[in-house]
Amino acid sequence: MSTFLKLLFRNRLAAMGAVVLGAILLLVLVTPILPLHDPDITATADRFKRPFTEGHLLGTDHLGRDLLSRLLHGTRLSLAIGVAAALIAATIGSAIGIVAGYFGGRTDNIIMRGVDMLMAFPYILLALAIVAALGPGLMNALIAVAAVNVPFFARNIRGITVGLAGHEFIDAARLAGMGHTRIILTELLPNVLPVIVIAMSTTVGWMILETAGLSFLGLGSQPPQADLGSMLGEARSAMISHPHTSIVPGVMIFLIVMSINLLGDGVRDALDPRLRSGALSRPRATTLVERQGDIPAATDDLLAIQELETQFHVGNRIYRAVGGVSLAVKSGECLGVIGESGSGKSVTALSVMGLVASPPGVITGGAVRFQGEDLIGAPYETLRRKRGDRVAYIFQDPLSTLHPLYRIGQQLAEAIQSHHKIGSAEARSRAIRLLKDVRIPNAEARVDNFPHEMSGGMRQRVGIAMALANEPDVIIADEPTTALDVTVQAQILSLLDDLRRDRGLAIIFITHDFGVVAQLCDRVAVMYAGRIVEEGPTKAVLDAPAHPYTKRLIACVPELGGGRRELAAIPGLPPVVDDLPPGCAFAPRCDKAQDNCRAAEVVLLGNEPRAVRCLYPEEAI
Amino acid sequence: MRGAMMGGYILKRLISAVPVLLGITIIVFLIMSLIPGDPATAILGSYATPENVEKLNRDLGLDKPMVQRYFIWLGNMLTGDFGRSFSLNRPVLDEIVERFSATLILAGTAFVLCSVLGVLAGVVSAARQYGLADKAITFIVLIGISVPSFFLGMMMILLFAVNLRWLPVSGMYAIYGGGDLPDLLNHLIMPALALAAVATGVIARLARSAMLEVLRQDYIRTARAKGVPERRVIMGHALRAAMVSIIPVLGIQAGFVLSGAVYIEIVFQWPGVGRMLVEAILKRDLLLVQGGVVFVAACYVMFNIAVDVAQSLLDPRIKT
Repeated sequence: MSTFLKLLFRNRLAAMGAVVLGAILLLVLVTPILPLHDPDITATADRFKRPFTEGHLLGTDHLGRDLLSRLLHGTRLSLAIGVAAALIAATIGSAIGIVAGYFGGRTDNIIMRGVDMLMAFPYILLALAIVAALGPGLMNALIAVAAVNVPFFARNIRGITVGLAGHEFIDAARLAGMGHTRIILTELLPNVLPVIVIAMSTTVGWMILETAGLSFLGLGSQPPQADLGSMLGEARSAMISHPHTSIVPGVMIFLIVMSINLLGDGVRDALDPRLRSGALSRPRATTLVERQGDIPAATDDLLAIQELETQFHVGNRIYRAVGGVSLAVKSGECLGVIGESGSGKSVTALSVMGLVASPPGVITGGAVRFQGEDLIGAPYETLRRKRGDRVAYIFQDPLSTLHPLYRIGQQLAEAIQSHHKIGSAEARSRAIRLLKDVRIPNAEARVDNFPHEMSGGMRQRVGIAMALANEPDVIIADEPTTALDVTVQAQILSLLDDLRRDRGLAIIFITHDFGVVAQLCDRVAVMYAGRIVEEGPTKAVLDAPAHPYTKRLIACVPELGGGRRELAAIPGLPPVVDDLPPGCAFAPRCDKAQDNCRAAEVVLLGNEPRAVRCLYPEEAI
Repeated sequence: MRGAMMGGYILKRLISAVPVLLGITIIVFLIMSLIPGDPATAILGSYATPENVEKLNRDLGLDKPMVQRYFIWLGNMLTGDFGRSFSLNRPVLDEIVERFSATLILAGTAFVLCSVLGVLAGVVSAARQYGLADKAITFIVLIGISVPSFFLGMMMILLFAVNLRWLPVSGMYAIYGGGDLPDLLNHLIMPALALAAVATGVIARLARSAMLEVLRQDYIRTARAKGVPERRVIMGHALRAAMVSIIPVLGIQAGFVLSGAVYIEIVFQWPGVGRMLVEAILKRDLLLVQGGVVFVAACYVMFNIAVDVAQSLLDPRIKT
């Protein structure tokens, strides 16, 4: 509760709403003891006095009545009526909802049908019909507003009750011989009460506005009694000549509604855990770059990742997801990057084309060079022209990475048309050809499918076809087979391998599966806690792993498609990258670790192409 | 193939509307039976002539049991007989149709305005999250959803009609001359904007959060990885996906716009069905109220079916 209040008041707007609303409530509560004029005493000689005249702080209305007094009394009435309507609607609506949800079956069906029908009305029609039948008047307006809001509570509370009614404690109460009434009152009600209160707090402002509206129309409070709505309604005829009589009650309604809105937003935000974690922020078009230190010089590789550092800044914590990684590929070469979940391999891959979500991602150092040109910090348009055209990605889980509302043909065509000016017929025929290239049967029909109409393996092929659309030089495949079953996985791998040999493209293949690496990759780099701990030709690394981590990793992956369960075989957990130890990150889990492993940073050493980051390697290299 | 399926879906939705429409007539009938005292006098008003009271009793069969009375009333409505308004001395249906067209012009314009402006504001706000535009829009939206539409309308009249003299104070057409489209538009601007304000704010808020939700999805990253220009990522990929959660709210907001039209029609003296209803209530012309409520609610149900159909056209995952 106290954290909730703290969160609420950290929100400055919500706090402002609370202060304004509190002030209004206080004023309204002390109104009877304030030295005010009688709100209903008319003095035609004092008609339409302007605000700040002697004795009338806010002036007078068309009958010479003191506006300040009428305003406070009117506010009092409006708030009371609004709150009363909310209470009545909440009580009746919740009762209906609980009964429907608790008894279920036919009772539920009939009640909810009725509720649905009430909700089929625009609210004011229902309110007007009720007022028409009962006749204009404040009490009747209150009844109308309450009645109109009953369905809202009934539906919400029914939903909660249905969820609760399935729980064991209700069954237990029933078995203990408790009657329905008692179960509802002692078991259900206490559990739904918080929801009722929250629903009420979000609708009370609305109900104040609705009753004011009915009064404004002349259907609510009748003269001489006045709430804010009828004050505004009466002032309307003199609006042009004496605007202050309209502005005074209007601004009050505005202040009440706005402060309730602000407070309601604050409550909602404080209750929403996603907002607390900042997860609702929007990723920018490219990753934010705040590079410190020197930029490494160009090499003759096709794609070179050089001393790349990528961090996540969440609040005042810094997660070093990638801590100085260097990797390079040449044409026709396949490089495997392997590591556990959270080792930084995907972030490394996404950093290449600035696709790390930012916020919270920030690239803080190093370079990524494509044919010698540095892409980090390059203008957006430069990066965009290369994305998908020269460097393409294949992502894991194509159900979430393909757009659910576009046909796959459209998505493929778009990949081409983003880089080449071609007509839609031409793009479509190229899309069909691409689908054939990735061996999708019946491509002419499949091109008009939506992603949800395809199987997982088919979707992954579409993902590959999309990456191939512009015949790129480099493909970065981020666990493209993890979501697939083993036979489909083998097909996809051989497809990628063929493409590499036929088209001479370079592949960076990210996986946590050594079986896949063995099948496809020329070289492999092993990542741990955001760094490369070992690299070398695939065969050399697999046959004679030098880093204890690599060795353990290989030892517990006996075959293709081993999945993620091997992680349990290494004692302990990977370190959290916001609090890395000063020395070797694997030391806490390593049985060979010595004091000097933990003392200072261990460097990546070896003779090209082999290298290892270990003081006591398993094999000399 | 899809077209045939669509036709079947529309037919299915239309059939499913029948019980809802019947429910509406039952609810209105039940509400009207709440009228205290002699219904014929209450419906016709206390100044009704005895002949009129007798005729109404005969027409509505008020001496008969309730269930029978309901079916007589329903049967009459189905044949287009909504009764006769005593205060206007003309058939209720004629009056409703005439007034409803004025409401449609006002509410329809406001609905288009709030949909377009709201979605645009939400998209800009989300695309520039925490930027200046986002903060400005959030602030304006907060004010927009907090000002009662009737007060906003009055203030607009004061500023734009009385002080600046840019626009006419009220009405649908100028009294002398006018009557053409430019005249109508001139009279429409203020009430349509005032009516759209709250809904625009609500839609903008929703569109913003829907866009933020969508922009974090993997398929947006895919679009960017393909090299799709950012403008297209936002206005195409992201907005299209966000519309799936925006459209149902547009349907709900249409109901609020229609409701708000009652206030706006009063403030701007717009000759619509809302003003007709309020005047009818004050004159106790209950047949007019009854007919008007049933008619408008039925139109709203039809509109919601159109929203559902639009939704299923947008999202292929919805089973049609």
